Amino acid sequence: MISTVAQQLWCVAALLATTVLAIATSRSRRSTAIVYGATFAISAIALAGALLSLIAHSNATELILPVGLPWLGSHFRLDALAAFFLAVVNLGGAAASLYGLGYGSHESTPHRVLPFFPAFLAGMNLVVLADDAFTYLLCWEFMSLASWALVMSHHREADNARAGYVYLVMASFGTLALLLAFGLLSGAGGSYSFAAMRGIQHTPSEAALVLALMLLGAGSKAGLVPLHVWLPLAHPAAPSHVSALMSGVMTKVAVYGFIRVVFDLLGPPSWSAGVVVLILGGVTAVMGILYALMEKDLKRLLAYSTIENIGVVFASLGLALAFQANGYGLAAALAFTAALFHVLNHSFFKSLLFFGAGAVLTSTGERDMERLGGLIHRMPLTSFVFLVGCVAISALPPFNGFVSEWLMFQAVLQSPDLPQWMLKIMVPAVGALLALAAALAAACFVKAFGITFLGRARSPAAEAAGEVDRYCLAAMIGLAALCFLAGILPGLVIDALSPVAMAVIGHRMPVQASDAWLSIVPIEESRSSYNGLLVFIFITAAASLAVYFIHRFASRAIRRGPAWGCGFTDPAPAAQYSGVSFVQPIRRVFGTLIFQASEHVDMPPPGDLRPARLRIDMHDPVWERLYTPVTETVWFFADRLNQLQFLTIRRYLSLVFATLVTLLLALAIWS
Amino acid sequence: MHNLAFDIAHLLAGGLVLISFMMLYQDRLYALLNIFAAHAVVLALSVAWQAFIQNAPHLYVTAVIALVFKAIIIPVALHRIVKQLGIHRDIETAVGIGPTMLAGMGLVALSMVLMLRVTGAADPLAREDLAFALSVVLLGLLVMVTRRNAVSQVVGFMSLENGLVLAATGAKGMPLVVEISVAFSILIAFIVIGVFLFRIRERFDTVDVGALDEFRGERR
Repeated sequence: MISTVAQQLWCVAALLATTVLAIATSRSRRSTAIVYGATFAISAIALAGALLSLIAHSNATELILPVGLPWLGSHFRLDALAAFFLAVVNLGGAAASLYGLGYGSHESTPHRVLPFFPAFLAGMNLVVLADDAFTYLLCWEFMSLASWALVMSHHREADNARAGYVYLVMASFGTLALLLAFGLLSGAGGSYSFAAMRGIQHTPSEAALVLALMLLGAGSKAGLVPLHVWLPLAHPAAPSHVSALMSGVMTKVAVYGFIRVVFDLLGPPSWSAGVVVLILGGVTAVMGILYALMEKDLKRLLAYSTIENIGVVFASLGLALAFQANGYGLAAALAFTAALFHVLNHSFFKSLLFFGAGAVLTSTGERDMERLGGLIHRMPLTSFVFLVGCVAISALPPFNGFVSEWLMFQAVLQSPDLPQWMLKIMVPAVGALLALAAALAAACFVKAFGITFLGRARSPAAEAAGEVDRYCLAAMIGLAALCFLAGILPGLVIDALSPVAMAVIGHRMPVQASDAWLSIVPIEESRSSYNGLLVFIFITAAASLAVYFIHRFASRAIRRGPAWGCGFTDPAPAAQYSGVSFVQPIRRVFGTLIFQASEHVDMPPPGDLRPARLRIDMHDPVWERLYTPVTETVWFFADRLNQLQFLTIRRYLSLVFATLVTLLLALAIWS
Repeated sequence: MHNLAFDIAHLLAGGLVLISFMMLYQDRLYALLNIFAAHAVVLALSVAWQAFIQNAPHLYVTAVIALVFKAIIIPVALHRIVKQLGIHRDIETAVGIGPTMLAGMGLVALSMVLMLRVTGAADPLAREDLAFALSVVLLGLLVMVTRRNAVSQVVGFMSLENGLVLAATGAKGMPLVVEISVAFSILIAFIVIGVFLFRIRERFDTVDVGALDEFRGERR
């Protein structure tokens, strides 16, 4: 009987072998089916292993492989936290592989995608399994590079090269921050294994520095504002099933890194750490969804929405830190469980939505929502599952998104118990931000679904669309079913998450399985409870009754008449409500302040036959206020230093000489 | 006996520094080469004296290498190169002699202050030796920096190496292998640079490295 961690490592080895196989067979026509079939099977096995070890409450297992640094080896460990994230990774991997079986056949250059896809999956698995800093960083970089290669798979498209460049720069920066964080964590002894790091006491300033570095390192990978800039460029640039993995799964691996270091390795947290994470999370959530609302490109909209969800997760984690620092174990467990539940939910519905966007992309060739529309008639199944994803991500009952956000707000409501005034004020304020983000998310996905699937087709491509193949549909229907099941049976998920909360926080939420009628009760019955199944039954019954009454009492005669067109009877599809017009109220309220949005009407003079045009100017505050000055500074110094390349031999010698003398002088003065 | 040994070692090392100073104000190439030969001779004497007082016969080998290669073969070869290139009448436009000498004195003072303070616990002989060796190294660099002619830069580089050998022999127990490798590295550097000079000669008709810059279109 091999240990669970060895089992997972064998799966990783199998994935790496698949990479080799993909390189060997990349020119063959069957290689798409072979590679995705293999990754599907391996991910399914790894998922089963991770779920078993999570549900069976098995103890942590460790393994040391004799590779890597000679005196250290490579440590791997599978505990409850790792098992949960392995389940998320491999579930996403299995779904993306299944989708890839169909989607991959439309790929123009499969040999650029196939070898990196299993490698990317292997990298994400390895990061979660790693148990020493060296292995962790190595696997982290491996994951980043594999995903970078996938982003660059269509490198001839103009924007993709820039996306890849920005991604590479931000990934290197993030890894640098992680490297420094682990350097601080290892202390003076320089012990790189996580087990040794847990035993080291850190001064408050050191702990604060590690937290800041982790927010930079893991936050840049997860997409915290203002480190998110690469994400809406890179995620949509990859093929859609890879976009789903990057958005739905890789950001979760970054969340895992943050939890592993801040909750597990760093020791007891301080409440001020909680405030920082909380505020960052709240701001990220609102900014992310506002960006998403302004977006016309379907895949970029989804990428921005990922930023919002990461904000929600980080806000919950901040709450957990704040409660943990004050010794409120139950409330901390509640907030932490809410964060993990949201991680799981987001991996379901964001993968589903990216698959839907990929389906639209394959059948129409369009990502711009202003050129879509009316797809509900041509792609009924895709539309239905996309609608499920939209309802779930908008946090509407009875789907899963509602449960995790509801749990988080239950944790927010515990904040009056906290002793610090700062927290007493900030937690409800961030709670209000999150509520705003949830409402804006609903508006955003009304727009995404309405403009893409409803109305009339805005382009010939949208008119000629057809339903996608059965593999893609199977992957999407499976994820939609999971969204629904997690929504009506949340107690099971919460109970499955309890060993993770127990291991990390030291407390767990009350057992939910014993509650009557599958209700969930986060604190106690008298305060709050939720029952997804009852809500679902009520919605179904009420809707059925309404339909019945309408059909029973309405006139049977079918009447056809002209639809009221708000006074406009222009038959052109371009005159429909568009995405830009849908968000105009929100753009005027929020965009004027944040994006400096302004509208200009270009009205031709009488007699001129030009059409009048409405132009909207928007500015990205993060690019313009933060990144542009930074890049300009770098360029300024690079230009100055560039002249050093063209000195005479004597001047180079003089430079060396001057440096040497300066160093000697410094030594003479301060030694 | 001990005091005499110390004094003679001190005298020879100090002489090396003095000859380094002499190199600073030579503006004719033949004179510079002659001074360099004298530099190498004093180095050989110093190394031989170290071999005598440390009872380390292998250091005699180093001394012989220094004498044969640096005091005879290389200066003679450089003499021939200078004659072949026809630059023996050139007068170098180095940085003014006064500022150069002042800078040299500053460097020697710096190395004294630094070395005597840093090596407080060491054997007095080794301390003095290291301080002088650092002075020689810095003066060699100064020669390279203040000259424009490629031949005199080569000479500056080799006097720098002499400083390294002085430091290596001053410290007890330095293995022979290192000295031989140092000597060979100098020889190789000399060969490479010699070849380099002839290529310059073929293409630019001068060994003034300033011509290289003009060829690249750079200002001086």
